[in-house]
Amino acid sequence: MSSSEILLLTCLLAPLSGAGILLIAGRSLPKSFASALATTSVFLSFIAAFLLFRQTGAETAAFKLNLFSWFTAGKLSVDMAFRYDQLTALFLLVITGIGSLIHLYSAGYMHEDEGHNRFFGYLNFFVFFMIILVTGANFAVMFAGWEGVGLCSYLLIGFWYKNSDYNLAARKAFVMNRIGDLGLLAGLFMLLNRYNTLDFEALQEAVKAVKSGDAYLTTATVCLFIGAMGKSAQLPLFTWLPDAMAGPTPVSALIHAATMVTAGIYLVVRNHFLFSLTPATLDLILYVGLATALFAATIGLRQNDIKKVLAYSTVSQLGFMFIALGTGAFTTGFFHVFTHAFFKALLFLGAGSVIHALHHEQDMRFMGGLKKKLPITWITFLIGTIAISGIPPLAGFFSKDEILAFLYAKNPILWGLALLGSLMTAFYMFRLYFLVFHGSYRGDAHTESHIHESPISMTLPLMVLAACSLIAGFIGIPEVFAAHSHWLNHFLGNLIPVQHPEGISHSTEITLMGVSVTAVLVMVAIAFRVYGQGKVVPVAPEEEKNPVFKLLAQKYRIDEFYNFLFVAPFNAISQFFGKIVDNQIVDGIVNAMGNLAMTTSGLLRLLHNGRVGTYLLAMTLGVILVLAYNLIF
Amino acid sequence: MLTALLVFLPLLVSVVVFLSPRKLAPGIALAGSLAALAIAALMINAFDPALGRQFSFEQAWLPDFGISLKMGVDGFSLLMVILTTVLTPLILASTFNQARSSGFFGLILFMESALLGVFVAQDAFLYYLFWEMALIPVYFLVLIWGNDNNKVVTYKFFVYTLAGSLFMLAGILLLYFNNPARTFDIDQLYTLQLSGNQQSLIFILMFVAFAIKLPLFPFHTWQASTYTVAPTAATMLLSGIMLKMAVYSIVRWIFPIVPLGAWVWGDVVLGMSIIGVLYGGWIAVRQDNIKTMLAYSSFSHVGLIVAGLFCFTEEGIQGAMFQSFAHGINVVGLFFIAEILFQRLQTHDLKLMGGLRVSAPVLASFFLILMFGSIGLPMTNGFIGEFMLLRALAGYKLWLGVLAGATVIIGAVYMLRAFQKSMLGGSEKETFTLSDLTLREKIILFPLAAVVIVTGIYPQLILQITGPASAKLGELFNVYLNYSSLN
Repeated sequence: MSSSEILLLTCLLAPLSGAGILLIAGRSLPKSFASALATTSVFLSFIAAFLLFRQTGAETAAFKLNLFSWFTAGKLSVDMAFRYDQLTALFLLVITGIGSLIHLYSAGYMHEDEGHNRFFGYLNFFVFFMIILVTGANFAVMFAGWEGVGLCSYLLIGFWYKNSDYNLAARKAFVMNRIGDLGLLAGLFMLLNRYNTLDFEALQEAVKAVKSGDAYLTTATVCLFIGAMGKSAQLPLFTWLPDAMAGPTPVSALIHAATMVTAGIYLVVRNHFLFSLTPATLDLILYVGLATALFAATIGLRQNDIKKVLAYSTVSQLGFMFIALGTGAFTTGFFHVFTHAFFKALLFLGAGSVIHALHHEQDMRFMGGLKKKLPITWITFLIGTIAISGIPPLAGFFSKDEILAFLYAKNPILWGLALLGSLMTAFYMFRLYFLVFHGSYRGDAHTESHIHESPISMTLPLMVLAACSLIAGFIGIPEVFAAHSHWLNHFLGNLIPVQHPEGISHSTEITLMGVSVTAVLVMVAIAFRVYGQGKVVPVAPEEEKNPVFKLLAQKYRIDEFYNFLFVAPFNAISQFFGKIVDNQIVDGIVNAMGNLAMTTSGLLRLLHNGRVGTYLLAMTLGVILVLAYNLIF
Repeated sequence: MLTALLVFLPLLVSVVVFLSPRKLAPGIALAGSLAALAIAALMINAFDPALGRQFSFEQAWLPDFGISLKMGVDGFSLLMVILTTVLTPLILASTFNQARSSGFFGLILFMESALLGVFVAQDAFLYYLFWEMALIPVYFLVLIWGNDNNKVVTYKFFVYTLAGSLFMLAGILLLYFNNPARTFDIDQLYTLQLSGNQQSLIFILMFVAFAIKLPLFPFHTWQASTYTVAPTAATMLLSGIMLKMAVYSIVRWIFPIVPLGAWVWGDVVLGMSIIGVLYGGWIAVRQDNIKTMLAYSSFSHVGLIVAGLFCFTEEGIQGAMFQSFAHGINVVGLFFIAEILFQRLQTHDLKLMGGLRVSAPVLASFFLILMFGSIGLPMTNGFIGEFMLLRALAGYKLWLGVLAGATVIIGAVYMLRAFQKSMLGGSEKETFTLSDLTLREKIILFPLAAVVIVTGIYPQLILQITGPASAKLGELFNVYLNYSSLN
């Protein structure tokens, strides 16, 4: 086994060992040991990932680690195989790097929780499956990671399992993801039917001769995308993600912002060779992404729960990533995954720090003026807010700008719509920021007297993530500013064909940047005018007078709509099948046939007389005697 | 000789158990089942999947009628033998804390003998005899130790399955009389050249018995009520092992003997199976009795197994064999959980449960593992089986695979609902204080949970046993598949 293979295995197995120890023996371990073990194991994974990354350049060939043949039957053959290439390299750094920070943060955040050790077990388990997801060399292994992170998501959303609402949220997330998974499975079966393999490399080889726009492949990629819609919370399968905020905040940061929810983007980027052959699917992805980005952003404008704002923001930002993929700019989609991971994790952890300080208060109506009391949280949160809003030179600006450029090249109207989404982002984020940190405190006096900055284990990750949010964008400096400045495109270039916005001159590109940055700054100013003084405080959704705002605050009542349209009929049909069809009709026919036979058949009438026992006893004895006789003599 | 010993040792021990005092009975029964397990272990050790039937045993019995005690073990048989011998000791041990008479334990061992007989018999008459023999202990177990309403339910179950068996007997007799050699010997039956019509008729006669035993839609209505009222040990035997008799019989007695009959009726069977997958799962979604829920879930899972078989490909058959094994492990584990809950709470009603995880975290963990095995999460046994079966179906007709694939959604809905209703939630429910697992219960659940994970990560352990046998059957049908793809 080569040193690279050993490093990759270390990367995989370190969090698994942590999870194994904590989930089996966690109850008898001290808390400090459990959190130290969990954090160390992920950090070890990070070191392995970093060492692997150090050996990897743009020209480095991918390597494959084939452990054993997983399952075979007939023509179907699937290996337990892992693959390391440039895309995997970057995903691993994000997962294990941010994973380590969030483990460290959780040591502080979850310190008082009675399920502390179990929490760290699940978290380690999650990192393990996330690594499987991005290292799997074929669809089946990737799917194992895909479902595994879904399991951990289920366990962690419902982590506080005494709360029935949280349990419902966990179940909803799992089931809704499974709806997407059926699409994904259908896509896999289509690929299997035609190419007889699930191996990414073999598939890439097999589709070389396929013409662009191939109808079969288009259907297959649409199916794969349905899977991505579930995992990455796109319309119409997005409603589980806001509910998933029921989980502890570090979970929201790691799973429901930085890593798992980007798995759908990973799926598309990994299979760029399929999607780039199917322009119709790419268009679908573009429009679904755009619709989701706008739809979720409008909801984010009127939410009062700090985590809900961030959740809708995540849905919206995932939409932006899909917009990039839809234009065929796969590396740009990944770029936004990368920058978003830092600033969204930062924002969630910052929100967690606020919630921690306020004894689990999440409603922004009862916050305000926290910047003096939580200075580190305040500064880092501000950095995150600027980064997500797309103000240069912070991380979000670079990736979002690249997406907008591609969109403009495709169609200026689409660019305008996406810009609108990005302006709403700036508005709701600064609304949140002002409501929480500016003005004066609006909660009760008792809580106020206990407000304190979080311990170093929590603020250190905030500072590191803030630093990353400041500089992460520099891996993709637009070529407008300097030739060969886009490191990311160079690094991924041999693996994934890099696109350039077509037909846009440098001057146009710079003008577009200027327009979007100016517009964003105007939005920030408006947000400041409305919320900056702490005078305007949002009301509860029920008290909202403006019908449009009310609809937004109530999230367009989508959940109620889904319940009415799908859940209620599904349950009613279940009742109907069980009580009427099965008990009355099918069983009724059986009983009628039985009775008919009873009244006509002499043999069965014998049984009817209750002599079954006698009959059976005779039969048993007979059989035993015959067998015994023949065996003995 | 090993084969004969495997079948008759449990039978002999069962007689001893019947006659032994109540105090000794459980111990002797357990020892007997462990001895059978040891014999199975010897077989696994010496078995070579590539060699076909092994450990053959033949003894003339009633030569005038062409009946002999002919037994042997091939890949299909061995897998079922392993399932039976692994589960029986666990099922026995699951009842040890209940004050029951010697007869109870004797019947379980008697049942094991009959089941093993079905799986190794290579003579149609002998096979039929064991098939009927397996019905007897279940009848008494449900009648004597069942819950309320058991008389009506037992009666229906018994008459229904017996009626099915009579059809099978007619089918077997037809085989016998269409056979110039006038023998029940399987090797002779495999060489029969029957016309299409004869094959069709024999297929229908025999398949009715299997459709009832499995059960397939619409022959399933005995199942939920029987599973619910039966003492849980009997439910485990029924769902874990007994219904696998029918799966096994299809590959042993139908496919090789009347392939054309199976082929002709294949789409009808596929229709019945897939309706069962969706319909059964859908009904399970709103069941509040945990045993009834599991019964419908089992009905749904078995539909998929049969659908895989009737794709007539090596993949489908391998998937069906693997999933039969996986389902046996998972469903026995889940029924045992239901039993543990019943012993502590005196109810199977999910509405009356809640928050049990607070006081019984270990129980909840085992429940979680078995549940996700049943849901088919990757890295558990259920995923391998489900994936292979759906893949086989999609290979036959894509839309069928996707339609049956809805089970991945529905299965998650009913299982997670049951888990949430019983285990999760707060202390507002009365039932939230109960004692966690005892050592005995852990000893039973641990191997089951281990199999769920180990065979999910390394399924070749199971797949390699039946691989060559499935490949051979797949080849048999290649002729038909090629022929139909030409047209």
